[in-house]
Amino acid sequence: MGWNETPGGGKGKDPWGNRGNGEGPPDLDEIVRKMQQGIGGIFGGRSSGSGSNGSSFVWLLIVLAFVIWLVIDMAHIIDEQERGIVLRFGEYQTTLQPGLKFRFPRPIERVLIVNVGRVRSVTHNATMLTQDENIVDVELAVQWRIKDPQAYRFNVYGPDATLHQATESAVREVIGKSELDFVLTEGRSQLAQSQQRLIQQIMDDYNTGILILGVETQPAKPPEQVKAAFDDAIKAREDEQRLVNEAEAYRNDIIPKARGGAARLREEANAYKAGVIAKAEGEANRFEKLLTEYERAPAVTRERLYIDAIESVLSNTSKVLLDTEGNNNLMYIPIDRILEDARTGKNKNQSSSANSGEYKPKEPSGSGSGSGVTPYSDRTRGTR
Amino acid sequence: MILPRITIILALAAIVLYFSAYKVEQWERAIVFQFREIKETDIGPGLHFKIPFVNSVQKFETRLLNLDKEAQRFLTAEKKDVLVDYYIKWRISNVKEFYTATSGDIFTANNLMEQRINRALRDEFGARTVQEVVAGERTEILKIVTSTTSNLQDELGITVVDVRTKRIDLPEEVSSSVYARMRAERERVAKDFRARGSEAAERIRANADREREVILATAYRDAETVRGEGDAQATEIYASAFGKNEEFYSFYRSLNAYQNSFSNSNNILLLEPDSEFFRYFNKPKGR
Repeated sequence: MGWNETPGGGKGKDPWGNRGNGEGPPDLDEIVRKMQQGIGGIFGGRSSGSGSNGSSFVWLLIVLAFVIWLVIDMAHIIDEQERGIVLRFGEYQTTLQPGLKFRFPRPIERVLIVNVGRVRSVTHNATMLTQDENIVDVELAVQWRIKDPQAYRFNVYGPDATLHQATESAVREVIGKSELDFVLTEGRSQLAQSQQRLIQQIMDDYNTGILILGVETQPAKPPEQVKAAFDDAIKAREDEQRLVNEAEAYRNDIIPKARGGAARLREEANAYKAGVIAKAEGEANRFEKLLTEYERAPAVTRERLYIDAIESVLSNTSKVLLDTEGNNNLMYIPIDRILEDARTGKNKNQSSSANSGEYKPKEPSGSGSGSGVTPYSDRTRGTR
Repeated sequence: MILPRITIILALAAIVLYFSAYKVEQWERAIVFQFREIKETDIGPGLHFKIPFVNSVQKFETRLLNLDKEAQRFLTAEKKDVLVDYYIKWRISNVKEFYTATSGDIFTANNLMEQRINRALRDEFGARTVQEVVAGERTEILKIVTSTTSNLQDELGITVVDVRTKRIDLPEEVSSSVYARMRAERERVAKDFRARGSEAAERIRANADREREVILATAYRDAETVRGEGDAQATEIYASAFGKNEEFYSFYRSLNAYQNSFSNSNNILLLEPDSEFFRYFNKPKGR
């Protein structure tokens, strides 16, 4: 039995066998005819009579869509910050200003929209050599916008990348012509200016239509590997100031003290002078007064003075009276005992030992002695 | 029966137009070949026509083109390696020459150009020290490069507009020694600052010490002078007073001296009673 044998086992083994019947599935010929009518309608051709209403509606829709597409494609809305470059078959025609503009549709004219208003920014950071063969980290941002939209689109392949290259090159060149110290310290604004000038010059040379608005540089840094040494050098600068300040402090400490000491020396000398003169005057006056009286009665006065003095001496001291003339006996005198007695009795006698109120001008130790030690040397040692 | 024919004609015309018309953009130039033979060259922007299958068209960029290769090692005059990264800006100046020399392949052109410029730069760097290279006058290098590449114009139809170095770096192993040198340099600066600080400080201290010595010494001089004046004046006073009776003065002064000398009770006097003081001690009637 064949694979296509039907259980009915009819006359024809052909599966399409019942095609011969008048009725059944829709007539293919008719479908073909209808399609032909439809297509003919589109071409506006052979269509005759029936079905022409529906196909013209389709036609209308297609035309409408085409018109809408045309309008959309012809209208160009240019923003205030934009310009439109019109190319007719690739050839430059004109530049559109902001607003609503109509141009020929796509295959004929093309509008390239270029944003000339927006300020863009390119950042660049790199490690590079300075003129004195040091290495420095530089970071900067270049702000730019499109000055000339035609030049921007027509003159350079990849203007943005070109700007970046020019930036790298200009920065390297400017840094390469400067010494490290200049780059790190005072040169910053000056370098930014010459970088901007150089980048603009390169852009103009290439005719890129790019305008450089500004170059913002971050402070250049020494590379990480040498940062500690650089920081230490800065610290050293502070240390220098600190050492000087400390010395100034020392100076401010000792000079006024020395002036004070000097004033004291002078005052003491003045005191000594006044004292010594006063004492001399006092003693001289005393003597002169006494002399006047003495000259009136010299013998008596002399006797009295002598006895008074000896009396005062003897009354204050321990004494041993030796009336041993012509006697050869050995005598024992316990001097140490006598001295001890005198010492214990000293306290009682103290008031009487202050003799006649004699005044001595105070004199600093060693003054006028001409010895090597000067009176202020102790003080100098003290303040050091 | 006219409309369908028009349709067919229009369709055919569109097809012919499509194959025969070509456009050249504003930034392009075109060459038209006739059976691969150059028939027309330097065709500017706009809409142009050709005979389909007979003519063919090739378009070329007129924009400034960029050649940017990897950084390369160059040897300088002092035999130091430097890594140099440069870019070349060039454009196709003669479309015909360019096509003949490179069959319009930018990649091939890049290679040829790069080899020449590389050699020129290599020679140039070899004649200079690192410092000269880094700080070098750009115009000089450019002049040399343009002189060596001027024949590129004739041979390849290329104009080299600019050659610029983006980076000139020392290789890793050299940079570490540069870092060491920079560190040493900073240490030198730091030491210098500190030493200067010490110097200034010592100067100030010494100056202060000197000033103090001078102040005190001057004061001492003045003080001694004043003391001397005092002593002199006192001596004069004494002399004028005591000179009135010298004999009595020596008597009077001696008595005072005795009193002062023996004012301390720690003295023991061993006396024989035969002095003037003891005149009456043994003999109440006197001598």
